[in-house]
Amino acid sequence: MEYVDQPAAMDAIYAEAEQWHVNTGGETIHAKRIPGRWRTFKWVASSVWLVFFLGPYLRWDGRQAVLFDIPNRQYHLFGATVLPQDFWMLSLLLLFFAILLAVATALAGRVYCGYFCFQTVWTDVFTWIEEKLEGNPAQRRRLDAAPASFSKFRSRALKHLIWVLIGFATGFSFVAWFYGAGKLWSDFFVGEANAAVYASVALFTVGTYVLAGWLREQTCFWLCPYARIQGVMLDPTTVVPTYDEQRGEPRGRMKKGETEGNRSTGDCVDCNQCVAVCPTGVDIRQGQQEGCITCGLCIDACNSVMDKIGRPRGLVRYASLDEIEGKPVPAMFARPRVWVYGAILVIALSGIMYGFSTLAAIELKVLHERAPLFVQLSDGSIQNKYTLKVLNKSNDDLAVRISVDAPVPVVVVGAEEPIAAHHGQVTPAMVFVKVKRSDLDGESMPLTFVAEADLADGSTVTTPRESAFFGPRP
Amino acid sequence: MAENNPFPGENNTGHFWDDNLRELQNPPPRWWMIGFWLSVAWWVLYSILYPMWPMPFETEDGEGYTKGILGWTSIKEYKQGVEQVQAVREQYDAQIADMTAEEILQDPGLTQYTLASSKVLFGDYCAACHGSGGQGNPGYPVLADDDWLYGGNLTKIAESITNGRKGAMTAHASILTEQEVDTLANFVVQLSEGGAGSEADWELYNAKGCQACHGAKGNGVLAELPNGDIVTVGAANLTDSIWRFRPGGYESAKHTILYGVNQVGVEGTRDAVMPGFAQLGQLDGKLTPDQIKMLTVYVHQLGGGQ
Repeated sequence: MEYVDQPAAMDAIYAEAEQWHVNTGGETIHAKRIPGRWRTFKWVASSVWLVFFLGPYLRWDGRQAVLFDIPNRQYHLFGATVLPQDFWMLSLLLLFFAILLAVATALAGRVYCGYFCFQTVWTDVFTWIEEKLEGNPAQRRRLDAAPASFSKFRSRALKHLIWVLIGFATGFSFVAWFYGAGKLWSDFFVGEANAAVYASVALFTVGTYVLAGWLREQTCFWLCPYARIQGVMLDPTTVVPTYDEQRGEPRGRMKKGETEGNRSTGDCVDCNQCVAVCPTGVDIRQGQQEGCITCGLCIDACNSVMDKIGRPRGLVRYASLDEIEGKPVPAMFARPRVWVYGAILVIALSGIMYGFSTLAAIELKVLHERAPLFVQLSDGSIQNKYTLKVLNKSNDDLAVRISVDAPVPVVVVGAEEPIAAHHGQVTPAMVFVKVKRSDLDGESMPLTFVAEADLADGSTVTTPRESAFFGPRP
Repeated sequence: MAENNPFPGENNTGHFWDDNLRELQNPPPRWWMIGFWLSVAWWVLYSILYPMWPMPFETEDGEGYTKGILGWTSIKEYKQGVEQVQAVREQYDAQIADMTAEEILQDPGLTQYTLASSKVLFGDYCAACHGSGGQGNPGYPVLADDDWLYGGNLTKIAESITNGRKGAMTAHASILTEQEVDTLANFVVQLSEGGAGSEADWELYNAKGCQACHGAKGNGVLAELPNGDIVTVGAANLTDSIWRFRPGGYESAKHTILYGVNQVGVEGTRDAVMPGFAQLGQLDGKLTPDQIKMLTVYVHQLGGGQ
């Protein structure tokens, strides 16, 4: 085998490695803001978060429309009240969103990161404020480098104050979903809310300020697990912001006197605007990479330059790797992955809808006494003891009537009076069932307890619960 | 080495191997360093706030460690938890102290509280003989049925718990002939199965003095008072299908007739003694009147209280 001069062969690789710049936060990214279609779309998508701030003030039936009342273990969602017993629906909801994340990523990349994620949205708002107070990126870099002075301190102080206030508003709004907005406004500022409320608001204030003000894209690079998970859900058919290498290379600056007809360069004029506008400081021309949150701002930047120099738009555009390489691109709905993801979405969603449509106002649990399993009475009949647990999920106290369905005649003792079931609580009751020995033809027989109550709106709700009756060996 | 560094300006340590393997001294990311110093700060703060450092000497309360300025200890937290539970229980206990057992049963909430908290008392004092759910044991009566030799209303149950019970039945081995024992044993089996018994059987029953304790009808009732209470001496009800001494039936009945109940010096005699729980001698402590009241409600609700 011929000897290969390995160090020399490696030098080219090392030389290339030197070009790679890993963003570890040593330098603050000051991204340029350029108007455009995706910039507008990002604002529209971000405004979904207004629901987070305004939602707690929505009213329904005289109370907060959506309130997660943890101390009372009641979760009000408009007309419905969900108790911890119904929490299996939450797992379906989480499944739904997890798959939604997967399907969106498989089709169009990190849509969530680019347009909806609280980290990127809050960072966007924070840097917008920074731009309003401290000027464009060049001015901000100068201010960063400037020696400490009173005017620097003044503009910085105002910025940080506004950041902290936004952080506080974030924490305050978050807690309002759990504590009740009206109560929070009246308790919080006079020191009457509990320690958990103050701790949560403080944590959110500091967290928002540090994450959106200081860590910014570093969160996406080094802290966020979603960023990494989403990155592996892409494939060559996924549509993401892509630099059209075929069209752009070889890149080169425009020279005076060079016409469109005789230029030797590709469409890329190497103006670096795509890098200048990137909120995570990556160069899209190096291809898809972990720092890219697919926000599309580089598309806006490139298009604005192309418009100026009269070349067609779309040098950087939403495109799949297959499309750039000239491979045939199947229609989105010809891909099995879309259908599988879609099916899981539909199943999860129908499960949630089934859950909400069958939320019964009362729930009955029957615990059969085990020691003793049965008792023989002096008249020879057999008695079983049951503990009933009636859960009243409605908003009113109910009188719950109990009856027993059995294949043989039974005598029920202890359920003569309706059970007074307090709303939102479990009320226990003890019931005895007697059966004549001669009516029993086995060691056990099925038995159904039926709880029935008249609701405040005049309707009647019925909940059956199966149990069993035990006796001695015949 | 530094003077002939082939990779100048890349911040390496000046250590090289195989031409181009070298050690760099890049700093860790800033967020990482911030996290590191924050956790160091937390560690210092923690050691000031909470108990942390072992000490070579013992302080006045015998503990060899730094206390921390918050004064937190796990045992203190536990005691606070217990106090909270007791504060909740005290409200109920105070109510129950001023009520009779009948009044407690009128209130579903208090009844539930009584049943839940007396479960522990029942387990400590009653379950050893009567079973964890009142299901009884051989020789010890079932409390979950409706057969009460001493009466099953609240007053009688309270009386049984307070003073205890001791049954008595003469050993008839030397009083009756083998034939008579056989006849009577068959007679009580017949009664328990719903039979009426022949005239001759009833004659023998009365002639041998059985009715003195088991009553004229054989149901253990000596007299019925105008208020509905019954007078008994605790003798078994022979006419129901429940046997005081298991397994019941002919042999069992014969044994009881021959050797009696609680007969001193009689080998094979049945034991039927329940201690009085208001003045327990052999057990540690005794039940307070309130505890007896709660146990009364508990036993009454086991399945057959009258």
